Amino acid sequence: MKKSLKERLAILSDAAKYDASCASSGTTRRDSSRSGGLGSTEGSGICHAYAPDGRCISLLKILLTNFCIYDCAYCINRSSSNVERARFTPEEVVWLTLEFYRRNYIEGLFLSSGIIRSSDHTMEQMVRIARELRTTHNFRGYIHLKTIPDASPLLIEEAGLYADRLSINIELPTDHGVQQFAPEKKPAGIRQAMGNLRLKIEEASEPTLQKKRRRTFVPAGQSTQMIVGADGANDATILGTSARLYGSYGLRRVYYSAFSPIPDASSKLPLIKPPLVREHRLYQADWLYRFYGFDIGEITSATADGNLDLDLDPKLAWALAHRDRFPIDINRAPKEMLLRVPGLGTKAVRSILSARLFSRLRLEDLARLGVSLRKVQAFVSAEGWSAGGLIDRTDLRARFEPKPEQLSLF
Amino acid sequence: MWTVTLNGRGDLEEWRDAARAYLRANIKPEHIDWRLRDSLSLPGLAEDAVPEPKPDAPALSVPPQFLELAEAVICHSDPIRFSLLYRLLWRLCEDRNVLQMLADEDVVLARKLEKSVRRDSHKMTAFVRFKEIAPRDLSGHRRAFFAWFEPDHFIVARKAPFFRRRFVDMDWVIATPKGSAAWDGEVLTLSDEPAQKPDIRDATDDLWRTYYANIFNPARLKVKAMTAEMPKKYWKNLPEAELIPQLIADAETKVLDMAARQASQPPTFHERLQKRAVVGDAVSAAADGLAGLQQAAASCTLCPLHCAATQTVFGEGPERAEIMIVGEQPGDQEDLAGRPFVGPAGKVFDTVAAEVGLDRSRTYVTNAVKHFKYEPRGKRRIHQKPNQGEVQACRFWLSQEIQLVQPKLIVAMGATAYYALTDGRERLEDVRGRPLPIEGGRILFVTVHPSYLLRIPDEARKADELARYRQDLARVGQMAVELQSTKSGSLGRLGGV
Repeated sequence: MKKSLKERLAILSDAAKYDASCASSGTTRRDSSRSGGLGSTEGSGICHAYAPDGRCISLLKILLTNFCIYDCAYCINRSSSNVERARFTPEEVVWLTLEFYRRNYIEGLFLSSGIIRSSDHTMEQMVRIARELRTTHNFRGYIHLKTIPDASPLLIEEAGLYADRLSINIELPTDHGVQQFAPEKKPAGIRQAMGNLRLKIEEASEPTLQKKRRRTFVPAGQSTQMIVGADGANDATILGTSARLYGSYGLRRVYYSAFSPIPDASSKLPLIKPPLVREHRLYQADWLYRFYGFDIGEITSATADGNLDLDLDPKLAWALAHRDRFPIDINRAPKEMLLRVPGLGTKAVRSILSARLFSRLRLEDLARLGVSLRKVQAFVSAEGWSAGGLIDRTDLRARFEPKPEQLSLF
Repeated sequence: MWTVTLNGRGDLEEWRDAARAYLRANIKPEHIDWRLRDSLSLPGLAEDAVPEPKPDAPALSVPPQFLELAEAVICHSDPIRFSLLYRLLWRLCEDRNVLQMLADEDVVLARKLEKSVRRDSHKMTAFVRFKEIAPRDLSGHRRAFFAWFEPDHFIVARKAPFFRRRFVDMDWVIATPKGSAAWDGEVLTLSDEPAQKPDIRDATDDLWRTYYANIFNPARLKVKAMTAEMPKKYWKNLPEAELIPQLIADAETKVLDMAARQASQPPTFHERLQKRAVVGDAVSAAADGLAGLQQAAASCTLCPLHCAATQTVFGEGPERAEIMIVGEQPGDQEDLAGRPFVGPAGKVFDTVAAEVGLDRSRTYVTNAVKHFKYEPRGKRRIHQKPNQGEVQACRFWLSQEIQLVQPKLIVAMGATAYYALTDGRERLEDVRGRPLPIEGGRILFVTVHPSYLLRIPDEARKADELARYRQDLARVGQMAVELQSTKSGSLGRLGGV
């Protein structure tokens, strides 16, 4: 018997939840004032709900189908898994997107799919959904399409005209890992797809001769996802791969997804608790690389095994390993050094640079800017404050480590 | 002491008119008592007359930054907002930089109120939930929706335009205890009167709850992270929130369940797919000649460079070309496009070659190393010189290209290409610009790599070097013409120059 829409929605959203990306930001600003249709995107994304896993729900994240001819060990939809299978028609996806959007549940659609028949057939269906939303229904909300490996360049090009973001998952940090766990996927093919997309995005951003305006093509760029903890790669390898992806393909984001146990899991993989802290540290390190001027080598050199310290955030770990560079005078230090102080974020640094033009800053002023003194005080000097010997104290690390949990007697 | 009574429902005009009058009369902040008009007090009662402006009152102007701040702060529900804004305004008249003093107490407080209003506004755009109601317009062209929301501050007027820009093709009403907004396709109607919560049901909420329950991953339970962003005070108007307690309670059992059910027998279609995949792999046969070589090189793993590069960038040109151009390695653009000499250095080569009449389409263009070697630096890739081992490994492909193309003249651009072709380590200057006989009866001609020209900072020197490079390529072009006239392929005459 055919499953109801609700039953299929349950299956196909359950199947989509292992993709971490849910962003709806970074695209062009647009609304429906003039088109008279439905939808807008205004700079920053909006998270319309949060699930008890703490993740934001911004988009309707579903699979077109969870039938798949690939057998990737880490994936809930792999062909050898016994999960229930279902598929939507393109019309159903369009309907769900619009009805959810009208009720302000979502910012738009994030559509992915298992691979049915061929890559091109699957991609064609996805492009059709995006086209209908945009042209038939005048929908101006956010659309993120997952591109299918090996889909024809023409389909990708058409997808880029309707979608805000395209993404293709690198899945695992090394080619060896992909060969081992996703035997049908070709890492080189994935890199080529990203490279082609970067070239197309750059080509579209060149003003044409006829019009000074740039063509809109994948305005929110491309992103990817790496699974953390399924293979043996250490954090240095993972972050090295990220750095390469950012540099090579101009990715907006690399998402890290702690490998999470899936129903009917492959025996190749251990059923472990997802390494959530590790995932969190990787995101912090990723930020240090992109916004704080750190090299990957610097971030991962604090420990011997190339893995990030799970007890301390990577900036604090780096600072503790480089105490000779501290304390830093917040009234004089250049921006690059302020960014390296544990506890100072980019916003606090901007505020300090602005505020110190008018008066010499004291530690209390930092507190008023929302900076945690507990963290920062050992690493800075300010008007009326010198870190003194704090930076050289042997128990400095212990002050930041999480308190050991007392064992209970039972 | 002066008393000012305001409605205080997020209207900046009302406060601004009053503030302007008191400022003109030079009334100090500590001499004004700002009050909220409550529903019992009659308008106009017990209100002080507005003071007379001082004759020498200066024209008022405030930085645009202050207006932006005030527009947000005035929406806050804390009664101190009026006096705080007036104090800031007063201080701004003396020192226009007050707002830049980010550690100043008044500024910090104002920013705090602003932040709270912004957050509440943002949460309104996120947590308003429309429910479908019977349309007013019976033609069926416009559907109608209603939302009940309970904000902390007076933000309905502030956020209504957002909803108008977004939900244009439907009628909607957003009602709150702090005012309402309505859109009918033409006019946005605002009211600051408190509204009542209606009882409306929408069947689609059930689909949304299904989605919410299934997008949740029970193995990653992080309740605090959820409530930090979706505080409980909003839950009562969110259709999905009623599921939360049960989802949390069942999470652990669900994860244990998953562990218990691991690795069952694969479904039958899996076997079928696996068989088909094996057959598919066997079918793809290798091609011959250059095309075959290119195919083989595409999956080259002779050195570690393949891991970081996008693809093998193989040579291109006619199967039998008399001239072969060898560069160092593909760069950023070549790596993405999969073709040699298409980036900035390739453009220099193309331009100069065209100037001296050397036809690129008749030459075979390739590189000593076929994968791009680089170091990521933020959003860019910094080119790195290939090392000896990488050059030697890649000779495997270069020598086969030479065997197949059978060029009579090989142009080595740069020291890496020269080394790859000869093992020679002479300075480039010592071998540059003259034909050198090499094995196989071929002629080697050495010049600089065009990327070298791009890196010269000094303009005059750059022009000189470019001229020399042009001379070199002109010489190559001339040799090409001579090659064509010696049909036999004997190059003795040229080699003896």
